[in-house]
Amino acid sequence: MALIDTINPLLTTGWSKGDAGWSLKDYEARGGYAQLKRILASKMSQDDLIAEVKKSVLRGRGGAGFPTGLKWSFMPKAAPEKYVVCNTDEGEPGTFKDRDLMRFDPHSVIEGMIIAAYAVGAKLGYNYIHGEIFDMYQRFEEALDQARAAGYLGNNILGSDFSFDLFAHHGWGAYICGEETGLLESIEGKKGQPRYKPPFPANFGLYGKPTTINNTETFAAIPFILGMGGEAYLNLGKPNNGGTKLFSVSGHVNRPGNYEVPMGTPFAKLLEMAGGMRGGRKLKAVIPGGSSAPVLPADLMMECTMDYDSIAKAGSMLGSGAVIVMDETVCMVKALERLSYFYFEESCGQCTPCREGSGWLYRVVHRIEHGQGRPEDLDLLNRVTDNMMGKTICALADAAAFPVRSFIKHFKSEFEYHIEHKKCLVDPEVQRAGSGFFKAGAA
Amino acid sequence: MLEIEIDGKTLQVADGSTIIEAAHQLGTYIPHFCYHKKLSIAANCRMCLVQVEKAPKPMPACATPVTNGMKVFTHSELAVNAQKGVMEFLLINHPLDCPICDQGGECQLQDLAVGYGESASQYQEEKRVVPDKDLGPLVSTDMTRCINCTRCIRFTAEIAGFMELGQSYRGERAEVMPFIGKTVDTELSGNIIDLCPVGALTSKPFRFSARTWELSRRKSVSPHDGLGSNLIVQTKHDKVMRVLPLENEDVNECWLTDKERFSYQGLSSAERLTKPMVKQGGEWKEVDWSVALDYAAHALRDVAKTHGGAAIGGLLSPHATLEEMYLAQKLLRGLGSENIDFRLRHSDFSADGKRKGTPWLGMKITDIGRLDRVLVVGSFLRKDHPLIAQRLRQSAKRGAQISVLHSADDDLLIKLAARAIAAPSQLPAMLAQVVKAVCAIKGVAADTAVAGVTVSADAQAIAESLASGSSAGVLLGNFAQQHPQAATLQVLAGQLAATLGGRYGFLGEAANSVGGYVAKAVPGAAGLNAAAMLKDPRQAYVVVGAEPELDCADGAQALASLTKAAAVVVLSPFKSQAMLDYAAVLLPVSPFSETSGTFVNTEGRVQSFYAAAKPLGETRPAWKVLRVLGNLLDLSGFAFNSSEEVRAEALGGQPEFVSSLDNGIDGGTLNLTASAQSLERVADVPIHFADSLVRRASALQQAADSAAPTARMNAATLAKCGLASGDKARVGAGGTATMTLPAQLDVGLPDGVVRIAAAHADTLALGAMSSVLSVEKA
Amino acid sequence: MNNQNDMLSPELSPESLKKIDREVAKYPADQKQSAVMAALVIAQDEKGWLSKETIAAVAGYLGMPPIAAYEVASFYNMYDLQPVGKYKLTVCTNLPCALSGGVHAADYVKEKLGIDFNETTPDGKFTLKEGECMGACGDAPVMLVNNKRMCSFMLPEQIDKLLAECK
Ligand SMILES: Cc1cc2nc3c(=O)[nH]c(=O)nc-3n(C[C@H](O)[C@H](O)[C@H](O)COP(=O)(O)O)c2cc1C
Ligand code: SF4
Ligand code: FES
Repeated sequence: MALIDTINPLLTTGWSKGDAGWSLKDYEARGGYAQLKRILASKMSQDDLIAEVKKSVLRGRGGAGFPTGLKWSFMPKAAPEKYVVCNTDEGEPGTFKDRDLMRFDPHSVIEGMIIAAYAVGAKLGYNYIHGEIFDMYQRFEEALDQARAAGYLGNNILGSDFSFDLFAHHGWGAYICGEETGLLESIEGKKGQPRYKPPFPANFGLYGKPTTINNTETFAAIPFILGMGGEAYLNLGKPNNGGTKLFSVSGHVNRPGNYEVPMGTPFAKLLEMAGGMRGGRKLKAVIPGGSSAPVLPADLMMECTMDYDSIAKAGSMLGSGAVIVMDETVCMVKALERLSYFYFEESCGQCTPCREGSGWLYRVVHRIEHGQGRPEDLDLLNRVTDNMMGKTICALADAAAFPVRSFIKHFKSEFEYHIEHKKCLVDPEVQRAGSGFFKAGAA
Repeated sequence: MLEIEIDGKTLQVADGSTIIEAAHQLGTYIPHFCYHKKLSIAANCRMCLVQVEKAPKPMPACATPVTNGMKVFTHSELAVNAQKGVMEFLLINHPLDCPICDQGGECQLQDLAVGYGESASQYQEEKRVVPDKDLGPLVSTDMTRCINCTRCIRFTAEIAGFMELGQSYRGERAEVMPFIGKTVDTELSGNIIDLCPVGALTSKPFRFSARTWELSRRKSVSPHDGLGSNLIVQTKHDKVMRVLPLENEDVNECWLTDKERFSYQGLSSAERLTKPMVKQGGEWKEVDWSVALDYAAHALRDVAKTHGGAAIGGLLSPHATLEEMYLAQKLLRGLGSENIDFRLRHSDFSADGKRKGTPWLGMKITDIGRLDRVLVVGSFLRKDHPLIAQRLRQSAKRGAQISVLHSADDDLLIKLAARAIAAPSQLPAMLAQVVKAVCAIKGVAADTAVAGVTVSADAQAIAESLASGSSAGVLLGNFAQQHPQAATLQVLAGQLAATLGGRYGFLGEAANSVGGYVAKAVPGAAGLNAAAMLKDPRQAYVVVGAEPELDCADGAQALASLTKAAAVVVLSPFKSQAMLDYAAVLLPVSPFSETSGTFVNTEGRVQSFYAAAKPLGETRPAWKVLRVLGNLLDLSGFAFNSSEEVRAEALGGQPEFVSSLDNGIDGGTLNLTASAQSLERVADVPIHFADSLVRRASALQQAADSAAPTARMNAATLAKCGLASGDKARVGAGGTATMTLPAQLDVGLPDGVVRIAAAHADTLALGAMSSVLSVEKA
Repeated sequence: MNNQNDMLSPELSPESLKKIDREVAKYPADQKQSAVMAALVIAQDEKGWLSKETIAAVAGYLGMPPIAAYEVASFYNMYDLQPVGKYKLTVCTNLPCALSGGVHAADYVKEKLGIDFNETTPDGKFTLKEGECMGACGDAPVMLVNNKRMCSFMLPEQIDKLLAECK
């Protein structure tokens, strides 16, 4: 479904026509590529452009929330070969916003990348697209052809002395390629094993050259920011949390989907836009920023507004903006077991604590879920996560640890019940009904 | 320089250093597995985590660059907890089978587990099991023990130059492996055994034969190529069980070639000669030393008396020690012969008598890495000098431009700046073209002989590369030294280096290619060189350490002349059927591991060593045998009490480097005439056939580099001969001998050449390494 | 030339090579290896799965060590290193999907086809795989058919329809 509800739509303005509105002429009709034209015609300086993005306080939409303008300013000016790379390897469980951006408005991503390339002085760029959404890869290639034919890509773009070309690269089933240096390795034709940082991509990126890498949504926001001005964009949201944001709401709501709202919108409002709880059941817990973010129990979550600061204050992360909603039919041990399996399955395997620890975590949680838990297991799990966190090359080990710690912290009694009684606190029949897979009354 | 503090101690370190390097400077040990100073940084094991002031998380010492004023704590609670945590993870899936593991006693994991591991693990889940891999005849695997440090992978990719190992799959299922069905074939493969910090990769030949604490260890020097790698020879009950590198940054760094590491198996070959033997009435008899020595002395004295000393020829292995060569030449000269040579595979001796000094590398080995432009002339570099190839590979990665001029375009696994591949007869003219082009670029007049050549595009490209740098070097390989116009190549290399303001020299073929000159094991003014004394057969020969039919430029001719001779006295650690056919007396002498002696390596470095084991059976060190022979022949100057005394006399002291090293030739003339005939032979000496010891090393003989000889040609030449790759080819040399070999496509060969390995019993009958062949479909 | 690229058969078809060339052209001239992921997909599409010979052929074509190509083929989990059925169904069972029936959808398919994950029906028609998050959690349950076709909202009726469609 294209779009259900928004407040202050920017990124989603083009989504209303669904699959019929993605092509170049539609984009141009909504004012697309106007910002690129303006920048080229006015020969806007790179510094001014970056300053405008800084003003917007656009923070990276890939999960870490790093200020985009600041990141661009790290690119060495003099380097002859530089790259911009877009991270569309959306694989963080619960996140599906980039897929819709690529589906309904790929040209906003392209325009954002061209402008970024202009700002940092790159001549070549790649968009790394999650392998599982191959149709989006194909659509993006089509969009690139359109842009190239219209003179937005290639040599001397629109008659200026600025040249830039852009290509699509697809993944093929590895979550870790969402991590930016794993992604760069993957473009280089290797396993997506993250690199130790420093050096950061701005100094040593793709093919060892300075590289700016941003999330799809981050790039897509750029034309809008330049269109309305950095300050106006910032003011849409709240201080330190500029603009609007796409939230992917999944799980036990009536209308799962993407919702664009200004930063700072109350969670309650977002939940309401998503149609409220499925079957009117009670909210139990929310993972507010993708599966790597710590889970928050209902009461804490209901207090939050949807922005980096509020969610951090509650003890979790806004992350990628993936809001996983769980109602009272969920067994938290089983939910954690599934997440732990994911990190075990997706660890790239290079760092000892992650390679060995992710399997250990999964096996212990699996045991507990299957009635083989031991009283000392919860302490053991916490100790193993202690030994994993902050001790690896990338943050996947932390991502594997956060759910374990937060699930145990907030739902300890449920785990203890499981260990003691060797079964779920939530009746399996209730759990089964929660998914909505089976029509009421069917076996 | 930066100033930092480690555990309260202040020190100055170079910009760009990492914490682990800084700690090393201080002598502070930081536990680690994946880090290795010669390999790229992986930072994956996480064992080296330390605390850095102001950093919220522990930092990997191997990958964290130091900054000015940094305070590092390697033993703080944060650091030690992090290290212990990692150790626990490393052990949860490890089999902990130390008692049956070959690495037991020399395992980094075992050592560190004692310091950082907890006694009882809380891991009670199922352990991972990883299938073993077949890496070939040299390296054995037990992959369940692997801790995925990836050192071995990085070694093949970075040091050996071609990624033969990888880490496949991911996460906990990650496995180190070669490509499906492939083995590890690099000539440097054994180093991954040393690099593996656990018992996942161990030595196949050594496997289960001894525990490390049962072994005695002795320093030694490799008896193979001219590099003179430093060795640790490990023995048990006077048998060599294992050979390891002795780290010497100036020579072999911390590496060994497989040849150097595994050739020790030849020491216990069934062909070891353990008792003196004499041939009486066509029958071989084992006799006492005194009988054998008398017999040998008599035979030589008889020939000298009846035919004159010049009727005796001395063929010395270039792998013999300095002391052996020195005494052998003294003995021959005492008998009145000047026919002495150790340059058995050479065919051009025209520089003899004109040399300004001993030919050598022309620089220190470490200087090779400082050259920014290098031309390698006539060398199967990767197989003849694997560790020098390795140095050049690293140079190329740092930006040095390496070029090649040769008759075969073997993949050196080095990024080349330029290359010219030509038939052997064309090599001198090709090098002359490079000289002419460089002279043109530098605006200096070229030698008149050179001025006449027409510069090809390939030569021009080499010249441009060479002239664009600031320190150039020209290295003449074994093939250039064995070339029929070797002296011309040498003079041209000299001119080229002079024009470039650079250096030039020889990549020593054998352990004592420099030492042989120093020991005066070369013919005097009236003497015959190795080729001449075989072409013009002698009545008697003294053979020291060599198998002339395999070690000489023309093995067939050597065999014929030796067979014809009245008396052949052989001093050898091995016996062979050929020897039994031509020799009159076989004197069992010690291989390098059972004698003291000296090798002078290609840079002139004097490296002496002691015996690592007692001589096998009745074997005696050759220097002692020669001493006794000298005494029996009543020759003066044989009163030596030790090999050190021999060395002192030969060297005139005990220098670190020999003196009088000089590649110059007085009045050297250029011979650029090319007898361009079709089907020239290109003969390489395969790495595992170069000397009598390695030829008998059983595991090496099963390695990929020991494949049976073939007749290799490029596609055009194959077609011309009516052959397809894989067909049987009848190969003839000069009409007489013919043999059948499989034809094989080699796209790296120039037109009109056939590449057939020498030093191999199967191709011995073809005769000279440099020759014209006829090839047709068999 | 190196000794490890000698397994060039079975050759890839000219069409596949043309497609690979198009991918290679996206990257700087000295970075052919960048095309390996796409090339392996193209090869897998042509051959049905990636045998070691096919992987070696791709490696040879791109001038990279075969083990480096194998590392890639074994790291990304949509490459099939074993033969699969005509239709490879990959069901997402990750948490967001599971909340809306992902696991139940997988169970439903298992029962319908009589196979478990990583198995192929005896007629060689279907292979079932468990997938990780496909970035389409809003459409849960989701399922991939032969890696490239995403099917959304896979409730029993839709699953029945899909299975019937697969001839
Ligand atoms: C394990 C892991 C997975 C990640 N996955 C994604 C992802 O799927 N998409 C994404 O944009 N960023 C992802 N990131 C974050 C990126 O590393 C990087 O911070 C981001 O692409 C930068 O773009 P931004 O500044 O626009 O957010 C991931 C990070 C980690 C550690
Ligand atoms: S933390 Fe895990 S996923 Fe990240 S680099 Fe290390 S092993 Fe790979
Ligand atoms: S030695 Fe530093 S991480 Fe392995």
